[in-house]
Amino acid sequence: MSQADTSLADFVRIAGKSIRAFGLSAAVAALTTANAFAADYVPMKPVAGKGQPVPGGFSFQNQYSPTGEQALTMYNYVLIPLITVIVLFVLLLLLVVAARFNRRANPVASKTSHNTLIEVIWTLLPVLILVVVAVPSIRLLAQQYKPAPKGALTIKATGYQWYWGYTYPDNGGFEVISNILPSAEAIKRGESPQLAADNRMVVPVGEPIRLQTVGSDVIHSFAMPSLWFKLDAVPGRINEKVLFVKEAGVYYGQCSELCGVRHGYMPIVIEALPRPKFEAWVKAQGGTVGAPAAAPAA
Amino acid sequence: MASIPADHETFGAHHDDAHDHDHKPSFFARWFMSTNHKDIGTLYLIFAIFAGVIGGAVSGIMRAELAHPGIQYLGYFASLLGEKSPTFDQQLHLWNVLITAHGLIMVFFMVMPAIIGGFGNWFVPIMIGAPDMAFPRMNNISFWLTVAGFCSLMFSAFVPGGVGNGAGTGWTVYAPLSTTGSVGPAVDFAIFSLHLSGAGSILGAVNFITTIFNMRAPGMTLHKMPLFVWSVLVTAFLLLLALPVLAAAITMLLTDRNFGTTFFDPAGGGDPVLYQHLFWFFGHPEVYIMILPGFGIISQIISTFSKKPVFGYLGMAYAMVAIGVVGFVVWAHHMYTTGLDVNTKMYFTAATMVIAVPTGIKIFSWIATMWGGSIEFKSPMVWAIGFIFLFTVGGVTGVVLANGGIDDNLQDTYYVVAHFHYVLSLGAVTSLFAGFYYWFPKMSGRWHSEFLSHLHFWVFFVGVNLIFFPMHFLGAQGMPRRYPDYAPAFEQWNTLATQGYMIMAASMVIFFVNIGYALVAGRKAEGNYWGEGATTLEWTLSSPPPFHQFETLPVIEDAHAH
Repeated sequence: MSQADTSLADFVRIAGKSIRAFGLSAAVAALTTANAFAADYVPMKPVAGKGQPVPGGFSFQNQYSPTGEQALTMYNYVLIPLITVIVLFVLLLLLVVAARFNRRANPVASKTSHNTLIEVIWTLLPVLILVVVAVPSIRLLAQQYKPAPKGALTIKATGYQWYWGYTYPDNGGFEVISNILPSAEAIKRGESPQLAADNRMVVPVGEPIRLQTVGSDVIHSFAMPSLWFKLDAVPGRINEKVLFVKEAGVYYGQCSELCGVRHGYMPIVIEALPRPKFEAWVKAQGGTVGAPAAAPAA
Repeated sequence: MASIPADHETFGAHHDDAHDHDHKPSFFARWFMSTNHKDIGTLYLIFAIFAGVIGGAVSGIMRAELAHPGIQYLGYFASLLGEKSPTFDQQLHLWNVLITAHGLIMVFFMVMPAIIGGFGNWFVPIMIGAPDMAFPRMNNISFWLTVAGFCSLMFSAFVPGGVGNGAGTGWTVYAPLSTTGSVGPAVDFAIFSLHLSGAGSILGAVNFITTIFNMRAPGMTLHKMPLFVWSVLVTAFLLLLALPVLAAAITMLLTDRNFGTTFFDPAGGGDPVLYQHLFWFFGHPEVYIMILPGFGIISQIISTFSKKPVFGYLGMAYAMVAIGVVGFVVWAHHMYTTGLDVNTKMYFTAATMVIAVPTGIKIFSWIATMWGGSIEFKSPMVWAIGFIFLFTVGGVTGVVLANGGIDDNLQDTYYVVAHFHYVLSLGAVTSLFAGFYYWFPKMSGRWHSEFLSHLHFWVFFVGVNLIFFPMHFLGAQGMPRRYPDYAPAFEQWNTLATQGYMIMAASMVIFFVNIGYALVAGRKAEGNYWGEGATTLEWTLSSPPPFHQFETLPVIEDAHAH
């Protein structure tokens, strides 16, 4: 599940493939873009409130992955109530102290400076609370680190200064280069400025995907808030994690590790499509489609 | 143990503590070749205020730029810095230079010099009944190394660092962005600035540890030391153990940059993530270095104005020791998304949450100190109570972020920015202002205006909360940090934060008016102007204290309260 699982040989193989595919896919894209887009694949229009931030929103984006739902549940039902209660409790104590023990209300100060029982309580009680919090927290981590099943589709996201490349080693190894769309163009297409990209990372919906990240120059970070996914793209190592999208749709994220001048200008767009449409898209990119991945339930 | 006489002082002869008999050196010798802990403390405070104004102005440019989507002001400021017609990339580079400068200035040249160099130098020797620091000349070197470091950082803004001038690496200086990713000497000067100020801090730490262990007055046992002295002692150990690791890491950056080594370059067998481990092994203790002396200040203030000794003194002292120790084994919670394996992530999640326990002990003990007290709401007390509340808010979001599985979504977003500004900008800085109003008449001999100090607090409180609370929302919604521009969906909270910045800036005007008023027209302060609750040794001296105090060492009785 961690980067260590990918051997050096794999790294060399995949890296080599992507380098070869780079020139190839660029040529293929140039040749096929026009008819491919006209024929089968039309970039999906995003839906307000899905896969992107909402104006004035004050909690997390809606989640569209199983780990995202699990994490959001823990945040909403364990962490938020806990921290709200703690802050209100401290605030209440401060108000009580200010009201009862000011100079007018209590002219003579007590000299109490020790109380072993209460000190033991306020040490042990937080320990107990933290143990309770640790249970869902550790469970969430274990869930997030479940490795992808054998045969799961592999996609490799490469961070470049300052754009993303998405390589599909299981589908012939073509690479899609994804650049930010100018604001005017994004608005024309009904997408948000700063978030829209010219080419998207298209993935099949409803199956676990082995997403690998690597940086080609400096460290970038592949982040997708609505799928609760963030993984650094580090030069010289391949990180790997399962990506699972539950619903078809367009999902937006942004590079999340300072990577230089245009750090704020390399958005990530995932478009999740049903398998047949995904395969059609792959073919339109000049890729190949083998036997569908055996995809046991996640 | 505490019997070192003051005979190492070389300036004339003095026979008593009356300040009108002080034989102060000439202006230049006094302020540029100083060996007096109080003068050096004053220098540190003036320097920290100066650096804080620059760091705060930088954040003003950032908030102005972020008020609305699009790039509005970066071009103007880039042209001020000498680019005739800055390209788009040069404007964006300026943004990275600004965020880097803001972080480095506020951490290394504002909070640390003020809280350790300023208040630590001023009050640690006095509180333990010592005539001065153990190594007065080294004390002076510490200060001027810090100034030299600041000059190096400022200089870096005017030499090439990529497409434009200045170091745009972020205060964390991550490789390879800081090595192969940034050509030109700017990053070298920024790194050298950290070397200089780091060396100054290490020397300062040595000085504090030696002073506290060897120069306590007769009867001042470790367990009778005021909690502020305890906090500086723990901080000094953190500095001594953490800073050499930073020095090693950034030296490796320098050799990677200039001498062909590949410590952090995978092409030569190095690892960029190694740098992050080294940096955060320093960086996490560093955040406690910034906040622990603040804890100490707050303990003194709460006790003084409640007219009660600190509740659970030993628990308070050893809670700080525990925070210091545990602070060294939680560093990788800054690196949850770098590809740590699952067991590592579980360990760092659990270890990080442990820190909430000693922190909780401190919060509850402060409240218990007030409980049963006879509280006077003088300005330092109002700032201290504000600190407790704001630090609690920042602390609980720390518990949220400690969870590796939750942090996957929040890492490098504005949620993190909100969290660490609540504990630093609203925590450490609030404790700095609390300490400032607590001790300013002691240091200067003049009263500030209590009205303006209260007004400063309330305007500041409203301002900083408006800046930083909406950032939780932005972060949860997914806005990454270190971005000069953003999707229109993020505009609402960003505009509010910028308005909060203007309110906060107004509170700083009140602060400076208050200082000016005190220095020009403030009435004279007595020795113990806070009255019966103020029991530590600085209140036995005149305000300001004599140039050399405790030439006859005080003897601490058993009954003397902490």
